[in-house]
Amino acid sequence: MIDAASMGGDLPVVPPKDNYINRAYSIKSWLLTKDHKRIAILYLITITFFFFLGGAFAVMIRLELLTPASDLVQPETYNKFFTMHGVVMIFLFLIPSVPATLGNFLVPLMIGAKDLAFPKINLLSWYILVIGGIFILYAVVAGGVDTGWTFYTPYSSTYSNTYVMAAAIGVFITGFSSILTGLNFIVTIHTMRAPGMTWYRLPLFIWSHYATSLIMVLGTPVVAVTILLVGLERVFRVGIFDPAIGGDPILFQHLFWFYSHPAVYIMLLPGMGVISELITAFSRKNMFGYKFVAYASLGIAIYGFLVWGHHMFTSGQSIYGSLVFSFLTYFVAIPSAIKVFNWTATLYRGSISYDTPMLYALGFIGFFLIGGTTGLFLAAIGLDIHVHDTYFVVAHFHYIMVGGTVMAYLGGLHYWWPKLTGRMYPEGWARLSALIIFVGFNLTFFPQFVVGYMGMPRRYAAYPDDPVWQMLNVLSTAGASILGAGYLLPMVYLPWSMRYGKYAPSNPWGATGLEWQTTSPPPTENFEETPVVTWEPYEYRPREEKVVVNKILPTD
Amino acid sequence: MSEHIVSKTIYFLIFGALMVLTVLTYWVALYDFGALNVVIALAVAVTKALLVVLFFMHVRYSTRLTKIVVISGFFWLALLIVLTLSDYFTRPGTSGVGGVPASRSTR
Repeated sequence: MIDAASMGGDLPVVPPKDNYINRAYSIKSWLLTKDHKRIAILYLITITFFFFLGGAFAVMIRLELLTPASDLVQPETYNKFFTMHGVVMIFLFLIPSVPATLGNFLVPLMIGAKDLAFPKINLLSWYILVIGGIFILYAVVAGGVDTGWTFYTPYSSTYSNTYVMAAAIGVFITGFSSILTGLNFIVTIHTMRAPGMTWYRLPLFIWSHYATSLIMVLGTPVVAVTILLVGLERVFRVGIFDPAIGGDPILFQHLFWFYSHPAVYIMLLPGMGVISELITAFSRKNMFGYKFVAYASLGIAIYGFLVWGHHMFTSGQSIYGSLVFSFLTYFVAIPSAIKVFNWTATLYRGSISYDTPMLYALGFIGFFLIGGTTGLFLAAIGLDIHVHDTYFVVAHFHYIMVGGTVMAYLGGLHYWWPKLTGRMYPEGWARLSALIIFVGFNLTFFPQFVVGYMGMPRRYAAYPDDPVWQMLNVLSTAGASILGAGYLLPMVYLPWSMRYGKYAPSNPWGATGLEWQTTSPPPTENFEETPVVTWEPYEYRPREEKVVVNKILPTD
Repeated sequence: MSEHIVSKTIYFLIFGALMVLTVLTYWVALYDFGALNVVIALAVAVTKALLVVLFFMHVRYSTRLTKIVVISGFFWLALLIVLTLSDYFTRPGTSGVGGVPASRSTR
C-alpha cells in the first residue's frame, strides 16, 4: 500500500496545484465555506485564541500563589481568575479541541468521504461556538464571573453579584455547537464510509470520535437544560436549587455532573484516538488488540455516564449513593487500562522512532497513567474525604486534561500538520518544545499533588505561611513559566512553517490510513476518485511478509 | 430512508385514542387510589407518549438504527433518574417519594 513515491524520500516534492487552501482566497470563501477542512482551520484559529485567553488567567493564578499572602490581587479578583480560567479552557478550548479541529479535518478523509454528512450544519456549529464565545468574552470583559466553572447553586443562582447570566448563556450556546458536531460525526461515520471501509477497518481515531459523539449528543442537552434552570431561578426566582425557596442545591450537582463527568471523556477520548494513530505509525506496528481498543472507547463513553456521583462525596449526597458511585467508578478504570496496556504492547518490539508526535504520544501515556491512577485514589470515599477540594484534585485533573488532552492535541497537530498545510514543521524546534512542555508540565503539576495531599485547599488566593507549602508553590509557578514557553514555541514555528517550511509529500510518515493517500494539502473534494479499501487497519508489516503463502524456510 | 405513508384512518384512530386517554387522565384524577395514584397517572401518560412516538413520529415504521437511537435516548434519561434517586431515596432527612429536601441541620 505504501509505495516509494508517496513516501517522499529524495524525490523533489511538488505541491499540488489545486488544493483546498488555494481554491479561493477571499474572506467570504472562508467565512461561508462548507468545506470541512476549512471549517477545521476556522476552529483551529478560534480555539488557539481561547487557549491563550485561558492561559493568561492561569498565569495570574500561579503568580498570585507565588507568595502565601493574597497580595497580587484581591481574593474576589482571584475567584474570578480561576473561574474564567476554567470556563474558557473547558467550554471554549478542551471540548472543541481535538474533535472540532483534527476531527473535523480528518473524519471524512479517514473514511474516504468527500465531506461530513451535513456541511452547512458543520459551519453553523462553528458560528454557534463563536457566538457562545462572545457571550463568555462579554462576561470576562464586563467584570468576570466568580462561581467556579461548575456554577454551583445556590451561589450562582442567588448570591453571586457577577456576570453569571452572560457566562451561563455562553456555555448554553456553545453546548449546541458540540451537539451538532457530534450529530454530524455519527451520521457521517454511519453512512459515508468508502466502499470496503467496514467498521473493523476504521482507524481507532474514528472509533474514539464516534464514542465522543455519542456523549456529545446524549449528555450535552442535560447541561443545557440545567443551566437554563439556573437562569430561571436567578432571574424569576423559581425555586429549583435554592433551599430558601424550596429547591435542592444537590439536584443541581446531579444534573450538572451527569453531563460534566462524561464531558471529561469528550475531552479525553478524541485524544486517545490521536494517540492510537501516533503509536502505530511511529512504532511501525499494527495496533495490539484493535477490537479491544475500539470497544474500550465505546465502553468509556457509556460507562462514563454511570459515575458522576463521585464528584459529590462531600456534598450532602447520601452515604449509600456515594457507595454506589464509588463502586461504579472503579470499573471505568478498566477500559482506560485496556487502552494503556494495548498501546504499551504495541510499542513492544516495534521499530520506534522519536519524531515530535511520538514524543507527545509517549508523554501522554505517562501522564495519563499518573492522572488515571490518582483518579482511583479520589474514587475511594475515605481518601476522597481527606483530599477533596485540595490541590491533589487540581493536579489529578490537570494530568488528564493538560497532560492527556493537550499533549494529544499537540501531538496530533504536528503529525497531521503536513496534511493540514502542505508544509513540514521544523523538527528540531518541535522536539525541543515537546521536551520543554514535558519538563514544565511535570514541574507545574507534580508539586500540586504533594501540597494537596498536605491539605492545601483549591480556590483560595492565600495559603498558610509554611516554608514547605511555599516552596512547592514556587516550584509549580516556575514550572508554569517553563510550560508557557513550551506552548509559545509552536505558536511561532508552526505559522512560520506555513510560509518557510519544506513542502510535505502526501505521506511524510509512511503511515497507513486514507488521509495519507491524497495530496498534502488535499483538494477540496478530498479524493480525485473514491478510494476502495481492501486492507485491514494499521498494516505496517512489509508487504512481502504477508503475501507469502507456504513460505519455504532456508535449510541450513 | 424509505418513506412510509401512513393512512389517514390510522392517524384519526390514534388521535381518537389520545383524546380518550386525555379524558381518562382527568377521570382517574377524580378518585383516590392511594399508593397507586402516581402509578396509574404515569401509566396513562406513558401510553399516550408511546402512541405519539410510535405512530405520529413514525418510529414504528423506521429502521432498526432509528429505533436504537430512540430507545437509547430514553435509556439515558432512565440512567439520570435512577442513579439520582439512589441518592434521594437514601438521604437522611428525606423519606422516599415526595420527601422534603435535606434539612439544614445536616450541614
